[in-house]
Amino acid sequence: MTLPSTPDPEQERKRIQRGRNIAVGLLLLGLVVLFYFITIARVGG
Amino acid sequence: MTASAASAAHPLPADWRDFFALTKPRVMSLVIFTGLCGLLAAPVSIDPVIGFTAILCIALGAGGSAALNQWWEADLDAMMKRTASRPLPAGRMERTSARDFGVGLSAASVMIMGVAVGWLAAAILALSIVYYSVVYTVWLKPRTPQNIVIGGGAGAFPPMIGWIAATGEVTLMPVLLFAIIFFWTPPHFWALALFVETDYAKAGIPMMPVVAGHQSTRRQILVYAVLMLPISLAPFWLAVAGWLYGASALLLSGVFLLLALRVAVFRGGAGDMDMRPEKRLFAYSVLYLFALFAALVADRYLVG
Repeated sequence: MTLPSTPDPEQERKRIQRGRNIAVGLLLLGLVVLFYFITIARVGG
Repeated sequence: MTASAASAAHPLPADWRDFFALTKPRVMSLVIFTGLCGLLAAPVSIDPVIGFTAILCIALGAGGSAALNQWWEADLDAMMKRTASRPLPAGRMERTSARDFGVGLSAASVMIMGVAVGWLAAAILALSIVYYSVVYTVWLKPRTPQNIVIGGGAGAFPPMIGWIAATGEVTLMPVLLFAIIFFWTPPHFWALALFVETDYAKAGIPMMPVVAGHQSTRRQILVYAVLMLPISLAPFWLAVAGWLYGASALLLSGVFLLLALRVAVFRGGAGDMDMRPEKRLFAYSVLYLFALFAALVADRYLVG
């Protein structure tokens, strides 16, 4: 039987950082889309 | 310096899930729901995009103030079993990150609300954030057993903001929506505090059961449940809501009163592990608020 290996801290750091980058990217993209539609609604209204 | 040495010197960065957890998503669901109900129950139609933005801003504001609350209370959270696994007490995040995240979310929510929806709604959103993160968290909660009563105002703002976002003015109805949640909060939280009392006592938070005892808390729960009946029926009596809401409010508040009465006459002590009436009232109180606000919206669209 082999003992479960502990994750490499550097790999873990990169994985977390990648997740955060994706989350921030999606957030910014969402805001761009939202501001676009807000502008359309305010100008059109 | 090697990679492992660098890792030891600098702990892992917080995961995005930890930032999400800072916003108290479960509490936020109730905030979003009541805010949406306030928006939908208002007697004017609102552009769907602007309506969505208003609800998003209410959610962001609630998330921001929740993050600030956890930043301030990290040490207290570490002492309580229910909150010890949150990102800050568990050591998964630096305190400054939580503070900056909370300030950023709060500021963004107010700015977007002001620009996209209206500055009156934005001003009340800002007031609600300050009320929760400063008046309640910093000032009232550690000082007085009435913390929940006055602090309950923080959770009462969302339907008011939703209504004002749609109408652009403060009238009687948003004040009544505020009052419903304001008077609902003490029995809701005190029922919870009765069966997690040991945790609050350990953290030194003067919750009503810790300071005034079980019997006094149970009596006060009953008083608020009695008050809930006329307050929840007020929109019907004042002809702001129709019969569907009136009948729902009467039924829902009647059951609330009945469950509170069972809590009031229950004689379980501090060492009693089986707090069934309190647990039942707590669970029902969540359902109550969802159902009452859903009835308000249904009444607006079905009865008119």
